[in-house]
Amino acid sequence: MTSSPSADRPVVEMSGISIEFPGVKALDQVDFRLFPGEVHALMGENGAGKSTLIKALTGVYGIDAGRIVVDGAEHRFSGPGEAQEAGIATVYQEVNLCENLTVAENIMLGHEPRRMGAIDWRAARRAAAEHLATMGLDIDPASSLGSHSIAIQQLVAISRAMVVDAKVLILDEPTSSLDADEVAQLFTVVRRLRDQGVAVLFVSHFIEQVYEISDRMTVLRNGQRVGEYRTSELDRLELVSTMIGRSMDVLEDLHVSTEHAVDVEQGATPYLSAVGLGRKGDVRPFDLDVYAGEVVGLAGLLGSGRTEVARLLSGADRADSGTTRIKDVPTRLRNPRAAISQGIAFSSEDRKSEGVVGDLTVRENIVLGLQAGRGWMRRLPRRQVDEIVDKYMAALNVRPANPDALLRNLSGGNQQKVLLARWLATAPQLLILDEPTRGIDVGAKAEIQKLVAELASQGMAVVFISAELEEVLRLSHRIGVMRDRHKVAEIVNSDDVGVDDVVELIASGGEH
Amino acid sequence: MATTTPQHTVEGSGPGAPRPGGSGPARIARRLRIDRRYLPVVGTFVVLALILAIGGVRYDNFLSVGVLANLFINNSFLIVLAVGMTFVILTGGIDLSVGAVLALSAVSAAYLIDAGVPVAVVLPAVVLIGSIIGLLIGLMVHVFEVQPFIATLAGMFFARGLCFVIAPESIPITDETFVAIAGWDTWIAGQWRMTTSVIVALVVIGIAFYLLHFTQFGRTVYAIGGSEQSARLMGLPVARTKVLVYVISGTCAGLGGLLFAMYSRSGYSLTGVAMELDAIAAVVIGGTLLTGGTGFVLGSVLGVLVLGLIQTIITYEGTLSSWWTKIFIGVLLLVFVVLQRVLSLRKT
Amino acid sequence: MPATTGSRTRPAGPPGLRNLTHHTLFWPVVALVALLVANTIFSPDFLSVSILDGHLFGAPIDILRNSAPLLLVSLGMTLVIATRGIDLSVGAVVAIAGALSLSFIATAPDPGSVSTVIIAIAIALGLCLVLGIWNGFLVSVVGIQPIIATLILMTAGRGVAMLITEGQITTVTSAPFKTLGAGFWLGLPAAALIAYGVYLIVALITRRSALGMLVEAVGINPSASRLAGVRARTIVWTVFALSGLFSGLAGLILASNVMAADANNAGLFIELDAILAVVIGGTSLQGGKFSLSGTLVGVLIITTLTLTVTIVGISPLVTPLFKALVVIAVTLLQSPRVRDKLAARARQRAARPEEVAA
Repeated sequence: MTSSPSADRPVVEMSGISIEFPGVKALDQVDFRLFPGEVHALMGENGAGKSTLIKALTGVYGIDAGRIVVDGAEHRFSGPGEAQEAGIATVYQEVNLCENLTVAENIMLGHEPRRMGAIDWRAARRAAAEHLATMGLDIDPASSLGSHSIAIQQLVAISRAMVVDAKVLILDEPTSSLDADEVAQLFTVVRRLRDQGVAVLFVSHFIEQVYEISDRMTVLRNGQRVGEYRTSELDRLELVSTMIGRSMDVLEDLHVSTEHAVDVEQGATPYLSAVGLGRKGDVRPFDLDVYAGEVVGLAGLLGSGRTEVARLLSGADRADSGTTRIKDVPTRLRNPRAAISQGIAFSSEDRKSEGVVGDLTVRENIVLGLQAGRGWMRRLPRRQVDEIVDKYMAALNVRPANPDALLRNLSGGNQQKVLLARWLATAPQLLILDEPTRGIDVGAKAEIQKLVAELASQGMAVVFISAELEEVLRLSHRIGVMRDRHKVAEIVNSDDVGVDDVVELIASGGEH
Repeated sequence: MATTTPQHTVEGSGPGAPRPGGSGPARIARRLRIDRRYLPVVGTFVVLALILAIGGVRYDNFLSVGVLANLFINNSFLIVLAVGMTFVILTGGIDLSVGAVLALSAVSAAYLIDAGVPVAVVLPAVVLIGSIIGLLIGLMVHVFEVQPFIATLAGMFFARGLCFVIAPESIPITDETFVAIAGWDTWIAGQWRMTTSVIVALVVIGIAFYLLHFTQFGRTVYAIGGSEQSARLMGLPVARTKVLVYVISGTCAGLGGLLFAMYSRSGYSLTGVAMELDAIAAVVIGGTLLTGGTGFVLGSVLGVLVLGLIQTIITYEGTLSSWWTKIFIGVLLLVFVVLQRVLSLRKT
Repeated sequence: MPATTGSRTRPAGPPGLRNLTHHTLFWPVVALVALLVANTIFSPDFLSVSILDGHLFGAPIDILRNSAPLLLVSLGMTLVIATRGIDLSVGAVVAIAGALSLSFIATAPDPGSVSTVIIAIAIALGLCLVLGIWNGFLVSVVGIQPIIATLILMTAGRGVAMLITEGQITTVTSAPFKTLGAGFWLGLPAAALIAYGVYLIVALITRRSALGMLVEAVGINPSASRLAGVRARTIVWTVFALSGLFSGLAGLILASNVMAADANNAGLFIELDAILAVVIGGTSLQGGKFSLSGTLVGVLIITTLTLTVTIVGISPLVTPLFKALVVIAVTLLQSPRVRDKLAARARQRAARPEEVAA
């Protein structure tokens, strides 16, 4: 079918879609439509059904009920290949390309030009270069994909998607690993495609980005559609309350609890003091003091070195310059074990690959850190295990409240809580949290923020890293500003400091 | 080697154009990284040259055309096995069944010929036996999600057991047609002796090379080795490809059995015991990563030649006992594996 | 949100009978029982045990004794596999242990003395431990994939064993050494006592200490375990060392059985049998959760199968065929796809009893 897209007829129309997983109704009678030439945001908390809906549309999941109409024809996809043939292209959060192949191969794979039955590599590379050029990308098609940054890989993935002249482009959390410049570059490409009449479905946790790029949005909650809105007609507060389905009490509550300022005694010894700590290629030497009872925030863009600072402070990576002093005693943190024995706990930003031990139970995950510290021979007595597990599961409100559940079956927010419990169980004196609230729903986020504030007020030292500057500002007493793998400034937080000030510091590199 | 490596040629983009994070040195580094993919193969080549040099210095007439020609003649069946194994390993799988399938094919050939079946029927039939076992293994891996290691292990036990059911004793092959085919040879430039087996092996290499580099199937093999999930989401025919690589490996093993039967003029149930290890070793020494996604079929051929040369040297040396072959191969494996490891560390 | 494309999460088994059939050990145990029943039908006194010279005799005792080497090797293999590893070199290590101990005894001035035998055993086990440590070093320190790291020793190891025996099949007579494989103690075969003793100790240690959990954590997510403070490297190293040691012990028992060091054939394919036993027992080759009781069942199945083939009078050379059938049957029954199908069919039948299930 080659009918030209018209703005009044949706290119994708899904109606009454239901998908059931054992025990869970992931999608319940969901309607969804997507028009040509629009950027449509799909919004919802974790578990709302966003990714299930996308997977239904891309043929990864079969649907139990409902119809999917693409460009006027009803489809029943039984695999991603069929959806692609129907003109639906998808770019996933983790770039789903092959790093071992070249850029050209990744773009053209499956659509290679042939000559006498054989792949014509010269033509393939030329075609790939053309596709890259139409997106304003100038990279060598013969270079291997793995040698490029995630941002470039993402754009290559979009190039690949457009090779088939897709009518629908689905972007699933495309910006979560990009910095501001890269997001801008991506959005330029997205707008260009939209203006060419492509329907873009955009999924993101970043509310600002959604407002920047989208024309319309559909909000899901608990597997059901709440509504479809024009982005310009729904303000941020309304959006968030539609998404979580309750008032913003939790967040306001939090605001009160962290308002009191900390006063670190003059002349007190910091719990941890880093002097000239650095690691070649990761982060330039920096100084940082963390006192008991305070939250030190690290602000900076992705790739600014904020994660690397956390990894050096926690022994996850080994520093190659500088010294660390714990309570004024020079200490070498050669590995995570050494740091843990010094009362330092580190929760990595990469929850899935560096935190969650999915096939162990919640109970085992909680005591893992504590048990590892004791060594394998001295097993924690069962009663003590139960006490610890009960205590933290209740304190952190872990759902489901079943310590025998496998951790991989919990939602992202609850996994994060379990990981926090693992670290709290080791009774740390310094807690380093790298993006503890990323990718989790608003409710869990508020709970974790509240917990951080409480822990600090009880005397724990906390290093808090987040991509969301508001969050850093809300929680921190002092803020270290990172840029280009370099700590450029340190400011004391107060009511007078706003997001704009921090952004300006990042932008100016601390040089006024 | 330029023709073996279509993705190597650099062209098509605006030269020197700035791209995010890519300055002059970065570009050069990128070029080097591309080359790095070929480093293991280059390493294999260097080792091959080194062994040849050592042999040439130590023994008279070692560096003769005859020795090299014999290398191909004596290892043709292993070359065919290694080529099939390369497909499987490129997807990140492994095939333990090839040695046993080779034996089954050889025994079947001898048995069928002995029973009076015409050679024209026997030849395709025994190759087909390999394909069928490969297909069954592929279906186990794909449809029933059995790990390749276990599925091919089952295939190995199955084929080896069948061998003994068919013929516990060695069966000599005396059929005139078969012997004529096996014994046929020709001389290239009057010096290089080529037998039927060598020609078959060369054809197999050619087909494999074409399949891997100039068909969508071949690129899908590499894509699966890079990331199976990505390949699936890219809409590539992952399922079909995964089954096919085992069919190819099985077919190669069947063909290898035929070549072995030609080589030994017999079929014996105990041939090819642990030959899968030689094939795997050749593939690894040839620079293919066992994790999949990286490697070349020509590398595997070089790997077989290296193994063959070690054997030749030890035969020439005379005083060295045969078990030194195994130790040398082990040491060589170690060197190559550590080399690959160092390269991959430098990359990240 | 990971873009997983696999099948959806499977339902937790409902209570009752289906729960039992869904237990990972259900089908392996059924296979074992089926084998035993088949044997009993074929020779009715199969399961009977008699006492002769104060020793127990009979097929069950034979199974116990014959399973000893495989059990030891599989024990180490289970732990290695749990940490995402695999040890292909165990067969070669078995050969080396036999070659070294028997060569030492053969060249000793007094082959029959207990002290000679003890020294021989100590040297052999020591070397095997070192070989295990070597494997562990390659895997945990150099960072080589286990399958390749151990492939190296698998290839070179038999060469080393032949180097020790100088290519001869060394035959010796030494009564104390023979006890290891053929002797009896408390009426039971010494080999079985040793192997099952080691098995019990390891099972106790892994479950009573935190070792089991830490091994599983390392197998499921190595980098998360490291960040949680688990000595992942030490654990991986240790399990490979143990695998080497247990294989050495198995090699001694096998050598003592035949009192000959055959570098070529001792422990041939035992790595495959061991991996099979582990997989039949429900431990995934992907690492993580492991089941020592499952491994025991796997070992018993393989040993019983081998014995059955001999008893029934089929040529032992055909044994691989039966092994293949068992492997295919058990792995297929354990495969998620088949289980889902079976479960779906059962559901269907339960929902529409009037219809005959297709």
